[in-house]
Amino acid sequence: MILKYSIQRLLMIIPVSLAISVVIFLIVHLLPGDPIDNLIRVGSSPEDRIALTAKYGLDQSLFEQYFLWISQIMTGDFGQAIVLRRPVADLIAQNLPYSLQLGGLAFLFSSIVGLILGIVAWASQKTWGEQFVKGFILLGSTVPGFWLALLMILFFAVNLGWFPVSGARDWTALVLPVLTIGFGGIALVARVTRVALLEVGREDFITLLHAKGLSRPTILFRHLIPHALLPVVTILALRIGWILGGAVTVEFVFGRPGLGSLLIRALGQRDYPVVQGSLLMLALAVMIGTLIGDIAQAAMDPRIREATK
Amino acid sequence: MTMLSVQDLGVSIGPIAPLSGVSFQLERGEIIGIVGESGSGKSLTAMGIMGLLPLIGGQIDHGTVEFDGIELTGLSENEYRKLRGGRIGLITQNPMTSLDPLKKIGPQVDAVSRLHLGLDRAGAKARTVELLGDLRIPEPASIYHLYPHQMSGGMKQRIVIAMALGADPDLLIADEPTTALDVTVQAQIIRLLGDLVKQRDLSLVLITHDMSVVAQTCDKVMVMYAGTAVERGPVQDIFDNPKHPYTKALIGCIPHGLSETVRLKGIEGTVPGVAQYPSGCRFHPRCTIAEEVCTRNVPVFETGAKRAAACHFALEAAQ
Repeated sequence: MILKYSIQRLLMIIPVSLAISVVIFLIVHLLPGDPIDNLIRVGSSPEDRIALTAKYGLDQSLFEQYFLWISQIMTGDFGQAIVLRRPVADLIAQNLPYSLQLGGLAFLFSSIVGLILGIVAWASQKTWGEQFVKGFILLGSTVPGFWLALLMILFFAVNLGWFPVSGARDWTALVLPVLTIGFGGIALVARVTRVALLEVGREDFITLLHAKGLSRPTILFRHLIPHALLPVVTILALRIGWILGGAVTVEFVFGRPGLGSLLIRALGQRDYPVVQGSLLMLALAVMIGTLIGDIAQAAMDPRIREATK
Repeated sequence: MTMLSVQDLGVSIGPIAPLSGVSFQLERGEIIGIVGESGSGKSLTAMGIMGLLPLIGGQIDHGTVEFDGIELTGLSENEYRKLRGGRIGLITQNPMTSLDPLKKIGPQVDAVSRLHLGLDRAGAKARTVELLGDLRIPEPASIYHLYPHQMSGGMKQRIVIAMALGADPDLLIADEPTTALDVTVQAQIIRLLGDLVKQRDLSLVLITHDMSVVAQTCDKVMVMYAGTAVERGPVQDIFDNPKHPYTKALIGCIPHGLSETVRLKGIEGTVPGVAQYPSGCRFHPRCTIAEEVCTRNVPVFETGAKRAAACHFALEAAQ
């Protein structure tokens, strides 16, 4: 049943991607400025400009340009970067592993630590433990990533010299970025976990579990946590896309390559094919993330399974 | 043989004292009904006996609860856990929310016999299927594999009862077991509980706000009002000769057949909240025979006697 549901949802990605591609294409092309501004030499004549524009097909109607682009995508060709003069697919393939590495580690780190902190906060109600986690949650959800990144660089890289200031040479260069992105994620996961535990804890069936004589740890691990995981899985799924592309400022501060850095640079140069290609990849990541989240929920909750029949 | 003896039980939740002066005794094989409007402290009494008050931030303030010769107040959590589910079973009010929606119902029932009787997986399953059959659940072997949302309210309440019976307890506490059910199902569940008490020689504390349920099933009854007990005695006595004006009024609220001329009586006013308990007798603002003494002195509720009424004018009210 889950398999059939997964295939259905997977197929849905195709029409949604098409709709998203239209939006991405329009937004990118309707922005003021174009890549020719970045290519053309100082002192070139208006004729040179027209020739250059024609060379990249930018003189055609938006309609024609879109169909050219989307039909290329269908065959797996992301096109040629105008300013960077390389295949877009290569650029993405070069940057994606860095994003996956950083994003994957930050994701794991924030899920595990966030979950543990949320449970600790719940288990230590009305003690300093709960206050500590609540303080941490407040801090983690308000401190901006780039500022934390700068602070970490100053302290751990410059003063203590434990980790490199920037770059992506080896695993040591990953520590600070993972911590930075993880910090906000931990706060988010801890908050959702704690609130979910508090809510489920008030349910009648928890009272009845106590009345059956089950121990507190059994009730926590067998019944409370599976329920608390439902909303946690939802927000984590939404976060997959954010972590891959939205961690741009952190990538930027640490001078790391990645999909976010690539996107920002291409956006500044109005390198249409690169911007479109990376945005489409990120949109795909968000969709796959949501899909994984939904499938995980269906696997965990029989009521959702029933509804998807 | 006395199964349960509650003496002058009082409960506090933080600074407030929502329950006090509750006393009753229950013999093996007997059913006691605890009646009262919502907010009268019936559920708190149940939570107190089960030792579950810490879940809602409360504790037993004074009084004693003796179960089969074991004093429960001051029992360690580990010792209490052996009794809970093992020798004392709880049936909760709303079957819709009383089962874990993520787990199949069979294993939820199994948990009790595995924990308290030490059965293995197969043994517990066999026991559960047998128990479901005893509770007149059709096709228990296939019901075993259903999730709670796939069952009706009445079926779910039977599952909750099965969990309470999982380890062959001596005492059942049913907290408004039929309030959330359809009227037709209510009668079935009440009859089922009555039969179980007879077949298994159980004792049952049946909490309800329905006087007619008490009349049908219970041996004795304790009436509660605003966080305290007001009258107690054998069912027949209480119905024939209620001594407390509140009991009298409650009995007046039961419809008797179809009649166009007799209007159903209500009780003027509402139950006061915990923060506004009146001085003296808590019922005096709504009482028709209250006098000055009722506003000053708290009436005595005898703990030991078979029959007790916490009213300054108990005898006058009886006439």
